[in-house]
Amino acid sequence: MILFLLRRAASLLVTLALASVVIFTMLEIVPGDPAQMMLGLNASEEAVQALRVQMGLDQSLFTRYSSWIIGMIGGDFGTSYTYNVPVSELISERLVVSLPLAIFALLLSAMVAIPVGLYAALHRGKAADTTSMAIAQIGIAMPNFWFALLLVYVFAVMLKLVPAGGFPGWSEGFWPAIQALILPTIALALPQAAILARVTRSALIEAMGEDYIRTARAKGLTRSQTLWSHALRNAMIPVVTIMGLQFAFLLAGTIIIENVFYLPGLGRLVFQAITQRDLIVVESVVIILVASVITINFLVDITYAWIDPRLRRREH
Amino acid sequence: MNEDIEVESWRHILQKALTSRSFLLGAIISSVIIFMALLSLVWTPYDVTKLVIVNRLKMPSTEFWFGTDHFGRDIFSMVMVGARNSIAVALVAVGIGVVIGVPLGTWAAAKRGFVDEALMRFNDLVFAFPALLSAVIITAIFGPGAINAIIAIGIFNIPVFARLSRGAALSIWPREYIMAARVAGKSKARITLEHIIPNIANILIVQITIQFSLGILAEAGLSYVGLGTQPPLPSWGRMLFEAQTMMSFAPHMAIFPGLAIVITVLGLNLLGDGLRDALDPRLRRAR
Repeated sequence: MILFLLRRAASLLVTLALASVVIFTMLEIVPGDPAQMMLGLNASEEAVQALRVQMGLDQSLFTRYSSWIIGMIGGDFGTSYTYNVPVSELISERLVVSLPLAIFALLLSAMVAIPVGLYAALHRGKAADTTSMAIAQIGIAMPNFWFALLLVYVFAVMLKLVPAGGFPGWSEGFWPAIQALILPTIALALPQAAILARVTRSALIEAMGEDYIRTARAKGLTRSQTLWSHALRNAMIPVVTIMGLQFAFLLAGTIIIENVFYLPGLGRLVFQAITQRDLIVVESVVIILVASVITINFLVDITYAWIDPRLRRREH
Repeated sequence: MNEDIEVESWRHILQKALTSRSFLLGAIISSVIIFMALLSLVWTPYDVTKLVIVNRLKMPSTEFWFGTDHFGRDIFSMVMVGARNSIAVALVAVGIGVVIGVPLGTWAAAKRGFVDEALMRFNDLVFAFPALLSAVIITAIFGPGAINAIIAIGIFNIPVFARLSRGAALSIWPREYIMAARVAGKSKARITLEHIIPNIANILIVQITIQFSLGILAEAGLSYVGLGTQPPLPSWGRMLFEAQTMMSFAPHMAIFPGLAIVITVLGLNLLGDGLRDALDPRLRRAR
């Protein structure tokens, strides 16, 4: 187990290091000089040059890359070119919108999908199964931003139950902030729930067909006893994997949903930063998202290995 | 992934697929959408580039089936042309994934060792980037437009096909007829071309339908944030973006392009599901 952990941790670090190089290189080849962008087209050559020196843009690629990495390890993400505040500050004030949104969406998706998937699996072939899986098919096909528009039309425009967009900030009180997140959460969660419900259903159906279930029944356990103590536990493995993947997707997926609801989250920050060539902000947000994807996958992997020792030896 | 995949003749597979309701429904929906897209090349009810202000924001009627937008353009015609753009972008993006991913995957399976390891690490690397976020960044940096959208979506299809074809090829290599071919002195490259690829073609086709539908969703997302197909060419995502500010008085502008996306993606997914069931019931369970 220790060896497995070390190997997985090493591959996590390698992937993360490679990812940082890719991100850095990609933004290095971006057309447009950040110093020029900040000062505008009428700035003098000297002023632009001076700013480049101040921003460290005159140094070699390697120096800049290593100071970026070393800074990040110490929690210093650098200073935003346009806002002139620490990037970590910018990100954390946006994260308080995006992170709760992704977490709420994941919880809502699981709360809807797992019961529906289990119910469908236990009533396989019945009307409830066919209906819920047909709805899931439509859910999977639905772009979440379109679903969001429909939600806005029904609940904000027609029924006026919740605001159509914007975010008052957590300082305005818990309830107004939560209200602003209700529709975005639903819009993000339901298409994901459709996928999760299908995975849950097929995982349970598969688990119920395994030999150990037959053995459990043969030794006299009732159907519900085998379900709760054997099948469900095994069926949860793929469900947890998909949830891990979905969390990463949800965090990145807030980008588009934030645009629908005018939420000041990470996605909007990235968009603004790209148009203003505030590359240090783009780099930092992307590396944070990538790091969270890799870390989540790592956690999912070691959770399995802990549950199922056979997986420790398996490669790929 | 190491499960054996039965090789069946295409006629047999098609016969089985045709008995599946989801395959039939998916095939019908997909054909209708493709037909509309092709038809838009030669004919649309109205000209989508012509702005007729007197007709602006008309509700759906017999004259304008899906109504008109704020410039007086016919939404039905725009949905038709949008189908063409979505299909073209998604198709080329999937093509990039297949053309680069399948040779990489089968090569890794044939060579094993370092090549294989390097490819798998590369896959891990690409999978670590949230696809949509990266597509947004690529198109934002290199400029919005259909071509960059295709590249941005295509890049993320490469590891999907590389991993799938590697796994499938690995399950074919230990087969006896491959042994026979090796004993007969055929090179690994030739065996891959003559035996491996034909034998993994069916699972690749299922994956193509899945990636195709994901590509359509991704293109819609990119166009919605203004990074995909550029005006004046209509695209479904762009139409939704334009509809957003007019939701309160012209909801039809948002409803029809959205429905077009849902129906197209649904059709492709049903087609893929039906094909998968016909090809191998075990693949369906494994999903």
